[in-house]
Amino acid sequence: MAMLTRDLRASMAFVERNFNLTKRYWGWEVAWLIYSVAGALSVTLIGHSLGDEQLLLVLVIGTIFWSYLAIVFEFIGESVQWERWEGTLEYTFMAPIRRHAQLLGAALYAVIFGMIHTLFVLAVLVAFFELDLSQANFATAIAFTLLGTVSFIGIGIAASILPLMYVERGAQMVFVLQSVLLLVSGVYYSVEILPGWMQFLSQFSPATYVLDGVRAGLIEGASVGDLLDDVWPLLIMALVFIPAGLWAFGRAERYAKRTGKLKRVG
Amino acid sequence: MQTGLDPELKTAPTSQPAGVADAAPRAPRETALLAEHVTKEFRVGRKKRPVKAINNVSLRIERGEIYGVLGANGSGKSTLIRLFSTLLTLDSGTAEIFGKDVQRDEMAVKQMINRVSVDAAFFKKLSPFENLAYAAKLYGMPAASARTEAIRILARLGISEKRLGRPLEQMSRGMQQKVAIARALLTSPILLLMDEPTTGLDPRSKLEVQAFVEELRDTHDATIVLTTHDMAEAERLCDRIGIIDGGRIVVEDTPDHLKALVASDHGLEPTMENVFMTFTGKSLDDDLDEEKSEDEEEE
Ligand SMILES: Nc1ncnc2c1ncn2[C@@H]1O[C@H](COP(=O)(O)OP(=O)(O)OP(=O)(O)O)[C@@H](O)[C@H]1O
Ligand SMILES: [Mg+2]
Repeated sequence: MAMLTRDLRASMAFVERNFNLTKRYWGWEVAWLIYSVAGALSVTLIGHSLGDEQLLLVLVIGTIFWSYLAIVFEFIGESVQWERWEGTLEYTFMAPIRRHAQLLGAALYAVIFGMIHTLFVLAVLVAFFELDLSQANFATAIAFTLLGTVSFIGIGIAASILPLMYVERGAQMVFVLQSVLLLVSGVYYSVEILPGWMQFLSQFSPATYVLDGVRAGLIEGASVGDLLDDVWPLLIMALVFIPAGLWAFGRAERYAKRTGKLKRVG
Repeated sequence: MQTGLDPELKTAPTSQPAGVADAAPRAPRETALLAEHVTKEFRVGRKKRPVKAINNVSLRIERGEIYGVLGANGSGKSTLIRLFSTLLTLDSGTAEIFGKDVQRDEMAVKQMINRVSVDAAFFKKLSPFENLAYAAKLYGMPAASARTEAIRILARLGISEKRLGRPLEQMSRGMQQKVAIARALLTSPILLLMDEPTTGLDPRSKLEVQAFVEELRDTHDATIVLTTHDMAEAERLCDRIGIIDGGRIVVEDTPDHLKALVASDHGLEPTMENVFMTFTGKSLDDDLDEEKSEDEEEE
């Protein structure tokens, strides 16, 4: 019990620290938010210009959910890299905290930040377009958001290992991984139009199932029970990626300490 | 759980006043740090030969002692400190801090130690308060007491409370270094690892930090490992000094004994500079000879 409160407090230390960082970098946050809104609008305007209500919804859902999932992935995946840039990595790794508490803190903040950021973008899109949500099943959307969050936390943790192991290339690898996820997950189109090998890859992206489920829920009013084919891969990914990611993170830490990869200067 | 320390321990004065240590034979005290045959190699690039950063180092540091590590650039000082701070794993040998193995009891060791590095590594956009609050929380310290402690320590180091709310990047290098020292002390470590804590400080700041280290030794139950390139500082602060050269501790004694040694054995003036030069003084030829013999070893 004492251990658990200790871990939770450590997690909260990360949440609070990241919140302070957001506050201090507020200019960048605003700039980024504007960029996100502009990006979301430009994509969804394609649907609007074609006068296709269905396409408009497909694109809105794609931008909104990808924006959220990408933030969760990026914030966790780059958490080690941020500390490399700031130069604090050794201090965080020297502290008597357990890695799952650290990563949980990173994940918690990623989810909070991602939600707020995305809700803002959503608000703008709703103000801009008349969205036809008469059929929408919101419970389905919420369920898939939660499932997607957990599985993206998992792949985020797995990705965060890269900057730990590769001082120079790690962050670039995370970025490439995120780009591939964007490409194969059917964010703006159906994965069925992709070439076979990309469709093969798309099976391994949790975003594929999240977007499919949310679209079925919000456009066709499908319930979670109708969408079990999308639910179970997400559940399995969450159950596999989180423990596997934590385990691999521990291994990567030991590798970094053996080879001197935590160091910055001095 | 809160700070890893019993408050009783923090205030207990060290039994031995400074300076007396080398004169009188002392009663065996608790071992703060025990390293045996520690070796660490680094491999940079694929083909190149590994660098032996630490080579079979054994050390015993007693509780309450300030132990100085002197050596040329690249001799392995920071690597040694990192090995003790759980930031690097040992290739071979063992290291214990207050009886806890740095690798097997990593958590327990982490709770007992803290480290000041030559670069003040902070979130530069965050204020000193925000940085220190973050650090304190990682050590399980309540925010309120972290704040009062931080104010007290920084006031002692000559930084007023007013400066603590603004981004750290607005502070000078020396002030940042003082905040770094405060961060390390905040968690009441019983072993403090200081890697060139005064490098880059102006003479006054340097003296302030040195006085503070002395105060720590005299009023807190802190054991300190200190690396420095400042001979006067080493002489002033350290009870014992180990000189490291090419990853090996080549000599180890009290500053007075070391100075006496260069005077008697080498006929040099008894200064710490001469001690340093004598024990780290490899001419270029020596260096080349060593490389050659190592090459032969490999074959
Ligand atoms: N993380 C690392 N990766 C690769 N090589 C390293 C690493 N850390 C140290 N080394 C190498 O180990 C040797 C000792 O370095 P170290 O930083 O311990 O020296 P130092 O005595 O602290 O030097 P300085 O006085 O310049 O701070 C050097 O040859 C250095 O290049
Ligand atoms: Mg160094």
